[in-house]
Amino acid sequence: MSTDDQILEEFTSKEYEHGWSVDFEADEAPLGINEDIVRFISAKKEEPQWLLDWRLKAFDQWKQMKEPNWANIKYPKIDYQSIRYYSAPKQDKKPQSLDEVDPELLKTFERLGISLQEQKRLTGVAVDAVIDSVSVATTFKDKLSELGVIFCSFSEAVQEHPDLIKKYLGSVVPANDNYFAALNSAVFSDGSFCFIPKGVRCPMELSTYFRINAANTGQFERTLIVADDDSYVSYLEGCTAPQRDENQLHAAVVEIYAAKNAEVKYSTVQNWYPGDKNGKGGIYNFVTKRGICSGDHSKISWTQVETGSAVTWKYPSCILKGDHSVGEFYSVAVTNNYQQADTGTKMVHLGKNTRSRIVSKGISAGKSQNSYRGQVEVMKRAEGARNFSQCDSLLMGDKCGAHTFPYIDIKNKSAQVEHEATTSKIGEDQIFYCQQRGIDEETAVALIVNGFAKEVMNKLPMEFAVEAQKLLALTLEGSVG
Amino acid sequence: MISIKNLQASIEDKEILKGIDLEVKAGEVHAIMGPNGSGKSTLASVLAGREDYEVTGGSVTFENEDLLELSPEERAQKGIFLAFQYPVEIPGVSTTNFLKTAINQVREARGEKALDAVNFLKLMKEKMKLVDIDQSLLSRSLNEGFSGGEKKRNEIFQMAMLEPKLSILDETDSGLDIDALKIVADGVNTLKTNNTATIVVTHYQRLLDYIVPDYVHVLYKGRIVKSGDKSLALEFEEKGYDWIKEEVAAV
Repeated sequence: MSTDDQILEEFTSKEYEHGWSVDFEADEAPLGINEDIVRFISAKKEEPQWLLDWRLKAFDQWKQMKEPNWANIKYPKIDYQSIRYYSAPKQDKKPQSLDEVDPELLKTFERLGISLQEQKRLTGVAVDAVIDSVSVATTFKDKLSELGVIFCSFSEAVQEHPDLIKKYLGSVVPANDNYFAALNSAVFSDGSFCFIPKGVRCPMELSTYFRINAANTGQFERTLIVADDDSYVSYLEGCTAPQRDENQLHAAVVEIYAAKNAEVKYSTVQNWYPGDKNGKGGIYNFVTKRGICSGDHSKISWTQVETGSAVTWKYPSCILKGDHSVGEFYSVAVTNNYQQADTGTKMVHLGKNTRSRIVSKGISAGKSQNSYRGQVEVMKRAEGARNFSQCDSLLMGDKCGAHTFPYIDIKNKSAQVEHEATTSKIGEDQIFYCQQRGIDEETAVALIVNGFAKEVMNKLPMEFAVEAQKLLALTLEGSVG
Repeated sequence: MISIKNLQASIEDKEILKGIDLEVKAGEVHAIMGPNGSGKSTLASVLAGREDYEVTGGSVTFENEDLLELSPEERAQKGIFLAFQYPVEIPGVSTTNFLKTAINQVREARGEKALDAVNFLKLMKEKMKLVDIDQSLLSRSLNEGFSGGEKKRNEIFQMAMLEPKLSILDETDSGLDIDALKIVADGVNTLKTNNTATIVVTHYQRLLDYIVPDYVHVLYKGRIVKSGDKSLALEFEEKGYDWIKEEVAAV
């Protein structure tokens, strides 16, 4: 074995840090999916009739759809009848404030490094914590509401702000958009809702933290962010799950609506359980994320650091409808062992002088497969549209794969579209050079990988950047070989 | 400081070093010269611990410790520095960030406290002056897009920062014009103390006009075939390497 392979090998043997689970009493639906389950979830949430109807319609459509198979991923057929679609940590009554939240739940988040109590005191980040199917706590609500910013769980928004939900739910990702979005629309249980009123620059980062805890449970959350004219918000999303031998399904939907001059920055650090060294267990992550730059001069920016999940299927996209609107996608996807990721973006240029920028950094180690799939579409009316795409792949060892699938579809002659792609290997030379300066192999790999991903890491909010850097190193630990 | 005895090494079963004996004491400068393919760079790599080479015999003692037992980073932490013939590019990692990581790992290994940002910058400023290197170079990605001269100057800067006991310069003069060569040599000379030693590996004599060696060794076909003082290097300048080849063939 070459040095390269050995370092890789050692690097990958590091265990998943968040693999524990907590026993709290849960309120669960029976296994499987049917109309009654959809009604059960809707009833649990005390939803209005229109929303139940919306779910039932989505369920009907889902039944007629086929699971997509075009992605470069392989996994055993998912048995949708063996999944639990609703599980909530039991709380006697809905907590009115953080002080009333089950201490066991608060402890769970503390173990994850997110102290909700602490968050309450610190300014800077407001957190909505979601365990399994429900949101358990949202911090800083009062402070935000003074500015007219709404930040709460999705269920709460359905009760408190039904007009906004009715107006925007499914407006960016229709219920029948794709197989997994349809499934989510039928059975979504909770998630976050965020509304930034006209002219407000949200003074703190809004953050949702997702945790799958219960066994055999799927997580189907929905996030909806609406930024009204001239507003700004930066949103963070983090996620972990316990280590289990069975695969668990996560099918989320995120919708972003940006009105005139609004800017939304959405950052994700995805750290779902990736399965063990032999590819056993792990989360199947099938996520639909899309934003619409509806108003002129609006901007949506996706930044993602994907280190977890056994299978990732995810394409955060932008529909650039407003003239002069801007869409960005910055991604680092790391795969190790038997992980598979098929991720990228779609930029649809509708408005005049719209611009999009794609920077994708894929890092593959172990026996993993890492694919970038992106589509740039310039429609007829999109005079002066511009796109720049850059896809770089870094390989560690010789048993992994990196793939790039760029699709470009131009219907307006004035468009300028650029695509750059590189593939490189972490060199023995680079590692030896670091070692010769006194740096050990693992640190050397972390240094090289973080250097490779720097352009994307720089886009992350400060609070996330350090965590993400460590996560990159951790994911690849034991993987240079 | 370092004692090399009957060192033999091969790469992919091809024997390159066939028994090297060399003794370097603190305060000394040794030059290793020889024609292409004689094993000069192999010797430098083996001392630094490059794993492509297999040591098949002999011993190397560095400050009373078996050097060959140590990993490359341990050797560096104990004070061995190799200035690379071809410095490696690391995109996205600045020289500053790279050196901060290196210095703090070295300090940690020596049981010293990590340097904080203030003290690190202070050290940088001091050493930058010493080797006349520009700040802007240090914030760029390590060696990426550097000219040949910039790369070599950066190597010497790293050497200054890490303050090694034994510095091995592997063909540091290759690809340098005379001005760059002087700057590099000045750096090496400035950093030289009675407690440090330097091994200069070079093909040409011209570097030795600026870094004056105490001893010159000629390496040919994996063996040191001749040792002497600085005048030996001058002899090569005049006669080329052919006379050595003839001399060895005659034995």
